[in-house]
Amino acid sequence: MSEYNFAYLDEQTKRMIRRAILKGLAIPGYQVPFASREMPMPYGWGTGGVQVSAAALTPDDTLKVIDQGADDTTNAVSIRKFFQRTAGVATTEETEQASIIQTRHRIPEATLREDQILVYQVPIPEPLRFLEPRETETRKMHSLEEYGLMHVKLYEDISQHGQIATSYAYPVKVEGRYVMDPSPIPKFDNPKLEMAAIQLFGAGREQRIYAVPPYTQVVSLDFEDYPFEPTKADHACDLCAAADSYLDEVIMDDAGGRMFVCSDTDYCRSRRAAGHVGRLGTEAPLSTGPEAA
Amino acid sequence: MTARTTAQADIYAGGFADPAVASAHAFRAALDVMARPGTWRSLTGAQAPTGLSEAAATLLLTLCDPDTGVYLARDIDSAALRGWLTFHTGAPLVPAAEADFAIGGWDALMPLDQFRIGSSEYPDRSATLVVEIPAQSAPNVTLTGPGIKDSARLHLPDIAALQRNAMLYPLGVDLFFTTGAQVAALPRSSQITAEG
Repeated sequence: MSEYNFAYLDEQTKRMIRRAILKGLAIPGYQVPFASREMPMPYGWGTGGVQVSAAALTPDDTLKVIDQGADDTTNAVSIRKFFQRTAGVATTEETEQASIIQTRHRIPEATLREDQILVYQVPIPEPLRFLEPRETETRKMHSLEEYGLMHVKLYEDISQHGQIATSYAYPVKVEGRYVMDPSPIPKFDNPKLEMAAIQLFGAGREQRIYAVPPYTQVVSLDFEDYPFEPTKADHACDLCAAADSYLDEVIMDDAGGRMFVCSDTDYCRSRRAAGHVGRLGTEAPLSTGPEAA
Repeated sequence: MTARTTAQADIYAGGFADPAVASAHAFRAALDVMARPGTWRSLTGAQAPTGLSEAAATLLLTLCDPDTGVYLARDIDSAALRGWLTFHTGAPLVPAAEADFAIGGWDALMPLDQFRIGSSEYPDRSATLVVEIPAQSAPNVTLTGPGIKDSARLHLPDIAALQRNAMLYPLGVDLFFTTGAQVAALPRSSQITAEG
């Protein structure tokens, strides 16, 4: 650890990121430009989230890192080890124990508390980018609160598919002002964006930081006759029988066999530890990792 | 000669004992109060030579560097403080209209409209005020908005001026209030209602 400055980044870089975070909190949903640094991992692996986490970490923190809800995927493991080595912080897989949670594409199932911080890894922070490629134009649209194009997009979903087909990175309006990309979380997670914890978003390649303070109003865009609907697979978890969690579909064989499991591995583990058993689960308690059913 | 040596020693003293860790803890306090307007947190670690609270000194060392222009209001401006700030942060001292951070008592910082409020395309390019107050007074306003569950309460030095600032949203300045080792914040996003 002594080979690195605390949390890897140099102090001037951390100050620059910290100033961007504070402005982001003061203007919820607005994307603050920042001078993103090269990190010792490729773009797309969470370089924005890592920089935000590095600027926010103290030695007293307990860090949890999830990738699509799982603590044990390559991305999550490597980021956790990165901060173990460069910041010497404690790490955990338990949502309850964590003070900072860095996430890629999920919000944990467990309700987050006021003393927790959720850091999102964001690939494309600009919700209007696929509708308008020019940064000069999207910036103008945000400044004029001109979001008609986004509603046209959702309307075209309805006219083509009979419903709003956008299922992840579902656009939200923050505190009645800025339209924001909540990162590619499933729209099932959108209602959880109004939470007690501080939410920070970092996009490394795109060099943007934004934030949602606790209890901020976050409304998923919709129409009166086509209201927003959070969706999930219509099953219960096959390991822990949870009916309220977001599920991954796992193909079991080449004969159409499949199972549904919680995408949040810690939630599933804690439920199984508490004695819940799903269709393909076993009674045996689990101490490490998800079992192969 | 002796006096001069003492003054210089003051300038070099009072920095963070362990900069990386001390500024990390200080930032978390700043993050917490900016995310939860009206909440007070303890902020310690730095000592300015004269006329500046520990909370304000710590905030400056945590957030200022050669990239940020700092404006010292006349009530706290002194050769010793300028020397201390320059030695510890390298931040250039600038007029109010160019400041990223402005620091001082409320009356000395006024008028509020001399500070940058950002532009409609870049509302983040606005000043952050660090307002030194003598003590935590009884709240005179109720705050609502982002970061506040139901409502929060705070004492503001000039309710009307800060209500005008909130009306500029998403433009406007953001404020920290510091006294002793305590800090609270008022982002531009808070709605302010006068009490009583």
